[in-house]
Amino acid sequence: MSDCRREWNREDELPVYLAGPIATGPNQRKSYGMFSSVEGAFDSKTIDFDNYAVGRKGSRTPRSGSRERVLDSGDPAGKTSSEGREGSLTDSPGEAEDVRPGVVVRYPSGMESSNGESERLLIKGGRVVNDDQSIYADVYIEDGLIKQVGENLVVPAGVKVIEANGRMVIPGGIDVNTCLMKSHLGTQPADDFLQGTKAALAGGTTMIIDHVTPEPGQSLLEAFERWQEAADKKACCDYSLHVDVPQWDETVKEELELLVQDKGINSFQVYMAYKDLYQLSDSQLYEAFSFLKQLGAVALVHAENGDVIAQEQTKILRMGITGPEGHALSRPEELEAEAVFRAITLGNRVNCPVYITKVMSKSAADTIAQARRRGCVVFGEPITASLVTDGSHYWNKNWAKAAAYVTSPPLSTDPTTPDHLNTLLASGDLQVVGSAHCAYSTSQKAIGREDFTLIPEGTNGVEERMAFVWDKAAAMGKMDENQFVAVTSTNAAKIFNLYPRKGRIAVGSDADVVIWDPDSSKIISAKLQQSASEYNIFEGVECRGGPALVLSQGRVVYEEGQLQAQQGAGRFIPRKHFPDYAYQRIKIRDQAKSKQGVTRGMYDGPVHDVFATPKYVTPSPSAKTSPTSHQPPPIRNLHQSNFSLSGAQADDFVPRRSGHRIVAPPGGRSNITNLG
Amino acid sequence: DTGHSHPSTLNDRLLIKGGRIVNDDQSFHADIYLEDGLIKQIGDNLIVPGGVKTVEANGKMVIPGGIDIHTHFQMPYRGTTTVDDFAQGTKAALAGGTTMIVDHVIPDPGCSLMEAYDQWRQWADEKTCCDYSLHVDITHWNDSVKQEVDSLIKEKGVNSFQVYMAYKDYYQMSNSELYEVFSFLAERGGIAEVHAENGEIIAEEQARMLQMGITGPEGHVLSRPEELEAEAVFRAITIASQTNCPLYVTRVMSKSAADIISQARKKGNVVFGEPITASLGTDGTHYWSKNWAKAASFVTSPPLSPDPTTPDYLNTLLSSGDLSVTGSAHCTFSVAQKAIGKDDFTQIPEGLNGVEERMTLIWDKAVTTGKMDENMFVAVTSTNAAKILNLYPRKGRIAVGSDADLVIWDTDSIRTITAKTHNSAAEYNVFEGMELRGAPQVVVCQGKIVLEDGNMHIISGVGRFIPCSPFPDFAYKRIKARKQLAVLRAVPRGMYDGPVSEFSLSRGGTPSASARTSPTKQPVRNLHQSGFSLAGPPITPDDIPIRPAGRRIVVPPGGRSNITSLS
Repeated sequence: MSDCRREWNREDELPVYLAGPIATGPNQRKSYGMFSSVEGAFDSKTIDFDNYAVGRKGSRTPRSGSRERVLDSGDPAGKTSSEGREGSLTDSPGEAEDVRPGVVVRYPSGMESSNGESERLLIKGGRVVNDDQSIYADVYIEDGLIKQVGENLVVPAGVKVIEANGRMVIPGGIDVNTCLMKSHLGTQPADDFLQGTKAALAGGTTMIIDHVTPEPGQSLLEAFERWQEAADKKACCDYSLHVDVPQWDETVKEELELLVQDKGINSFQVYMAYKDLYQLSDSQLYEAFSFLKQLGAVALVHAENGDVIAQEQTKILRMGITGPEGHALSRPEELEAEAVFRAITLGNRVNCPVYITKVMSKSAADTIAQARRRGCVVFGEPITASLVTDGSHYWNKNWAKAAAYVTSPPLSTDPTTPDHLNTLLASGDLQVVGSAHCAYSTSQKAIGREDFTLIPEGTNGVEERMAFVWDKAAAMGKMDENQFVAVTSTNAAKIFNLYPRKGRIAVGSDADVVIWDPDSSKIISAKLQQSASEYNIFEGVECRGGPALVLSQGRVVYEEGQLQAQQGAGRFIPRKHFPDYAYQRIKIRDQAKSKQGVTRGMYDGPVHDVFATPKYVTPSPSAKTSPTSHQPPPIRNLHQSNFSLSGAQADDFVPRRSGHRIVAPPGGRSNITNLG
Repeated sequence: DTGHSHPSTLNDRLLIKGGRIVNDDQSFHADIYLEDGLIKQIGDNLIVPGGVKTVEANGKMVIPGGIDIHTHFQMPYRGTTTVDDFAQGTKAALAGGTTMIVDHVIPDPGCSLMEAYDQWRQWADEKTCCDYSLHVDITHWNDSVKQEVDSLIKEKGVNSFQVYMAYKDYYQMSNSELYEVFSFLAERGGIAEVHAENGEIIAEEQARMLQMGITGPEGHVLSRPEELEAEAVFRAITIASQTNCPLYVTRVMSKSAADIISQARKKGNVVFGEPITASLGTDGTHYWSKNWAKAASFVTSPPLSPDPTTPDYLNTLLSSGDLSVTGSAHCTFSVAQKAIGKDDFTQIPEGLNGVEERMTLIWDKAVTTGKMDENMFVAVTSTNAAKILNLYPRKGRIAVGSDADLVIWDTDSIRTITAKTHNSAAEYNVFEGMELRGAPQVVVCQGKIVLEDGNMHIISGVGRFIPCSPFPDFAYKRIKARKQLAVLRAVPRGMYDGPVSEFSLSRGGTPSASARTSPTKQPVRNLHQSGFSLAGPPITPDDIPIRPAGRRIVVPPGGRSNITSLS
């Protein structure tokens, strides 16, 4: 199977003039293997040299006779996607277009395109790309589930057939971070669940996980129910919810337990920023992490040092800097890195998996990568914005444009950041891509026109997410198509315990499938995107790759630029606690790391008197209430006391490695300055 | 404030002949003539008055006397004091070749810094046998403390102040307070010293250990794992860098904390790390000793790392210059005092010995192993400390005009450390049984011989307080240059005159509490210029150059070589 994949890639990505000849050269496709494609289905991947002759644009009709062989059913419905695409997709002449035929949908005779229930679908001739391998196979879908994957499938008659024509068939994207109902000072984001999920589907994302953001003092459970109600009415694709923990007390604990046990929530976000509002102290974080770990939930962390940010904000406002540049100046990236480091330390101490939302800077990403190298269970989520653009826009003269980029942590002002984050994403040091889509209109952003601290925070990105990961990482050769699937979908499904229902094309999985067109290309513009916000922070950026067809719950929802989303079709997907991907290691470490005290003879020497009213308070307040005073004393052998005040002990030299004299041999030691 | 001027010091004249003078920058052969407690002449064939006492160095190293930048002598603790007072402690220091100590003044939270300072001055002036200086610990923070810090810097000769990130509900400061302290010190030219451990997590871990029934000294190290030290070091460096304040991390005890410091220095942060004798010489495996008294004698914070490769690693970083100075954190308690915590490790008084062993141990672990040369040895035991305290070149260098504190160092003598022969009053020595090479042969303090042929001639109370002035060049030259560069400016914009959404400040609140009181109404605006436009793609000419992300990168046929480069 890897042969198949490699050869495909080579032919696919090599320039035309280097690609091997069709069926006889060294690149001859091996067929009849265990996972090889349907016989004959891909012999047709030929290079039509006529199309590349100088001065001639390729014709848009199917080019070679061999292709007709593929469409042997005789149904001449060969309309290529490039023909059907709407204006947003600009065809780059001669390059992307015409290399391959588009996706073709054939309807069974007597049946028109229907949005009816229990649609049956066969995706023929695609290359199924999962996170672990790519295989040529057909996919048969029924009742919103993937029923069969393989060659020569036996399917009922009258099934709608989608000809993928060798394009990638990937699991639909999962956007792990959206905020479609996060109110700011009483205003709701411009994109609600309807608009937001439409944008998601148009970008190839078939599931979102939204953040429930209760205000401090509000009930988590009520907030969750409000979110669920709104989403059930409006969402066009499946969704799940993270719940943010704005404060820490006993009621919150009870609600968390309820949410995990009964409501299917396994991830909760805590904040290290927003002082006096959402921010938790280190002690509270410790308790929250301990508690979440007991529940088997993943701790999401908004990592920024809120104390220092508050100080910096005051300082910068006092200097008269009130515009969006103040946002970036008051939240330098080292504060993000510091908080990430602290969160990881806490998580490691408690042995709780930590997930850093919105990795925006190189230093934060590096901190995560280093921690993973030390063995910490930590996941990092860069977002669309941090993978594509940078913080130089905060200095834009156009206030509304500068404000559109305001999000927290802010985009890094270092222009090499996107490239670095894409590299770490490709290498696996960062695991998932979210969008942190939280779109506010310009008039909403203008709430902070005189004070940057009041600007609602959030940028768009749900629609652009997959395409940009493809453009910046896969099309650049940083990651392969399997890693692309992993970071846009599979890893998210694994971390949040949706796998393999989501994030994989396999028998039994949900029929959230995308046919990906790596060659399409478009220029992002707010006018053409689904989001309701006036500004798109990727305005004018050209981007390669995009979905040719999107299936959500087994229904075609996006096809050739046409969105056919159905409001309210989205289901809430409950998630079980203790996801293996995060908790397997945690459980084993718990067993391995149980600590034991030293059994000693009782100290029976003199004890210095301490004042009854100690001037010195114990270092920890908890020590005062510690159960040591009323605890039965540990079992001691009173006959054995190895205490002695005089001189050296027999055991003194046993564990004392540092006591050995190191004599430098005459020739010197080679590893003497070795840092290991 | 110049302290005592003992009549006997005035007439002391001394000639050191035939030595090799070793400073931090070079070594050379020369004679040294001392008079009135100062170095008067250096060179060959010096012309000196008749009848001067002559010491023959016989080609041995003559180095500036050591400066132990971190001691706790005569420290009050729950109604008792550490067993080494200023007389005992400075005696031990001199016996080890250290001719100046810098002690920590620790005011109780809520008490006056100035009163505590006066108290320490009194104790020290009475008893010290060598020159000394003081750090003052800031154990709480408010406006009156600010005033006191200000006058300590201006009038009392203190330029370094320690803050605590550990000891929750007692000494510990919040991040906001740290920010304010660091900002203030940066303004006044002080050095921010920090005890770096995450106190909040330690408190949680301590409670957990005690709940698990672990009450012995091993609980101390289990509840203070080294990653909490590294975390706090990281945070302190971040806040210091944010406030542009030089940072000094006291007691670097673990590899990970040292790594953080060395990474930060590579990034350009002004940060100094101080490993102590114990972290350079021994490790935390002793906390599991079956002998409670022995295990307890190692208790200090941050604890010694249980990783036995730590001392070697710290010595390497000290040699490479990533760590800058060495202290001893000498703070000794008797076994009876340690036994206050016999049933609860959180009650064990923290501290161990090291003032006497410091120089010998570094010589043995770093110089005889070939990690550092003799000049670096002088730098980390004396010169760097003098530079940070702004006492250079009065201290930390053998030069004409410098104080006559110097040591003739015998590189070959070997001795075994044991509590039986050490000068400290403690019953346990954490270096017990170690065989160390290198020791002072002659120690000259204030121009007088205090150690010769193994005999000590010390006079209690001759030590002078040496005032330190603010803005030491070693730390502040870079800080000053950066201050001039790092001026923040607002973007001059047309006023936004588009629609504004309705919003309520009562609901939700602002992200920052401080924002509400911000003076945002005043900024000057040009009302005639508006750069705002809602229409269309807002591509203005000044957009284009700052938009590298917008350029399409086409993969060339041959591929790019640096495509997966991390840079």
